[in-house]
Amino acid sequence: MDTQVLTTFLFLSVVALTIGITFWASRQTKTAADFYSGGRSFSGFQNGLAIGGDYMSAASFLGISGAIALYGYDGFLYSIGFLVAWLVALLLVAEMLRNAGRYTMADQLAFRMNQRPVRTAASVSTVVVSIFYLLAQMVGAGSLVALLLGVDSEALKNLTIVGVGALMIFYVVVGGMKGTTYVQIVKAVLLMIGSAVIVVLVLAEFSFNLSDLLGAAAENSGKGEAFLQPGLQYGASLTSKIDFLSLGLALVLGTAGLPHILIRFYTVPTARDARKSVLWAIGLIGAFYLMTLVLGFGAAALLDRSQVDPLEGGNQNLASPLLAEAVGGGEGSTGGAVLLALIAAVAFATILAVVAGLTLASSSSVAHDLYKGVIKKDSAVSENDEVRVARIAAFVIGAVAIALSIPAQRLNIAFLVALAFAVAASANLPAIIYNMFWRRFNTRGATWSIYGGLIAAVGLVFFSPVVSGLPTSLFPDSDWSIFPLNNPGIISIPIGFLLGYLGTVTSKDPAAEDRFTELEVRALTGAGAEQAVHH
Amino acid sequence: MTDQEQAARHHPIYDRLHATPEFAELRRRYRGFVFPATIAFLSWYLLYVILSSWATDFMSTQLWGHINVALVFGLLQFVTTFGLAWMYARFSAAKLDPLARQLEAEYREGGDL
Repeated sequence: MDTQVLTTFLFLSVVALTIGITFWASRQTKTAADFYSGGRSFSGFQNGLAIGGDYMSAASFLGISGAIALYGYDGFLYSIGFLVAWLVALLLVAEMLRNAGRYTMADQLAFRMNQRPVRTAASVSTVVVSIFYLLAQMVGAGSLVALLLGVDSEALKNLTIVGVGALMIFYVVVGGMKGTTYVQIVKAVLLMIGSAVIVVLVLAEFSFNLSDLLGAAAENSGKGEAFLQPGLQYGASLTSKIDFLSLGLALVLGTAGLPHILIRFYTVPTARDARKSVLWAIGLIGAFYLMTLVLGFGAAALLDRSQVDPLEGGNQNLASPLLAEAVGGGEGSTGGAVLLALIAAVAFATILAVVAGLTLASSSSVAHDLYKGVIKKDSAVSENDEVRVARIAAFVIGAVAIALSIPAQRLNIAFLVALAFAVAASANLPAIIYNMFWRRFNTRGATWSIYGGLIAAVGLVFFSPVVSGLPTSLFPDSDWSIFPLNNPGIISIPIGFLLGYLGTVTSKDPAAEDRFTELEVRALTGAGAEQAVHH
Repeated sequence: MTDQEQAARHHPIYDRLHATPEFAELRRRYRGFVFPATIAFLSWYLLYVILSSWATDFMSTQLWGHINVALVFGLLQFVTTFGLAWMYARFSAAKLDPLARQLEAEYREGGDL
């Protein structure tokens, strides 16, 4: 069969399947609780799968394997950081957030603080983090489709980005949280199966001997044993070593501050189900990141260096699909074509599920926090009105993400996602942790930590080599990079925590302290928490 | 700041529950597990990141075949993450959930909301 016909067919199948799910889910979406939280009626296991589907993004599937294929061991840090981060969510955040909030990240702050400023701050930060994250996914989608159709044309990539944007707006506007969740569950299953098939085929090439696989990767990389040792990407200088530490911090502290992950905890009936869903997610995500190790080193061992190295005209974000083609029999073979098409379709499903989750998180926050909580706070807002605003917001955010992704095409997508993690860890995590554990914490502390962390993280990225000064930068021809690190976490995360502390101790807010009593009882026992909706 | 801006004063049942010895015990047990556990896993993770940058010779020691210390340490991070998640699941089901259920039942009986 003609490869392109097969590929197109599989892509369209993924799209048709997800559209079908969305229409089916839309018939069950009646109230605001349905739209924002799927009626809180998913089981722990279903939500665990959906969390996996929301979290294992194109950055994980395409970006990590690309980073390992290119830089060897240093790329593995992503896998480890992305997984260990779940312990923060499990131990400190998931259950208490489920009990204290309703629909958005801001709810648990607004629980005891001055509504208007904290909802505005949390909403701004939700939208910024989600847009950073969306960029990464859409850049992945553009490269993927260009590879499959065999044309490296800018126009085609841009068209793909617009198409993905239109689909994600559709999922959210029509299906709400219920549609998005089912799309994520289906994607998680497809991704696990697809990755497992490639992993088995790669290991089979080396008689299931991991050491032989690593040896072949080291040899084929041209770097020798150094390829298997830390330091190839980050070991050159003190600055790059600190950059590595900064990345490590952002990864481990970012997850529990990602708005699209946090709102998933609201989709289950109780805090115990939220815990169960995180436990399932840790199992699933852990297994997946172990597989990325084989995918990355497999790509290093079996692909030609010029296929993945951007300096030689390759594309590091395509290591996984190209590896699928190689283990299926190589370029031109039927097996290779089938596997390439399958894995590309899985990657496409991955991207669609994640962008839907991100769009949902940010449009929910705009409608529930900004529109209902701030703009219309003195008048009653009907549920229909609120959901209508959420749908409009999904359009606008989708359009902004499309416009910004077009110039970001050359960046590694795992790296772009790491920036989203740094912003989440700096702006959101300090406020969430302080709010749950510190009675004294108050409105000024919350707004200072959110805005301070956000401005520090985004500002440092703007003045970093990511944006200007290097051939790989967003603006390679100019140079205003006065901050040497690629990842701002090591500076911006402490700034977020410090400003939260300073804002709190310089103001008095007895009402917020008083309401902490209720927050604490509710968070730990579930007394008075939002209930599941039964239809 | 106006009164409407701030969330309303809560129901007195929360003060009563907050003052019970059961609640104090629930909070003590919860914090007694998660605070040390968080410090432990974050330190272990940061140790790994720092060794990867500043002890590359040690991390590059080959153990068998092409498997080196860095890879084994990385895989151990997976093992400790799975292990701690499992320990927390057991701990919370045995030590936290019964107390939380009891307090939540008291809330349902006493708080006419």
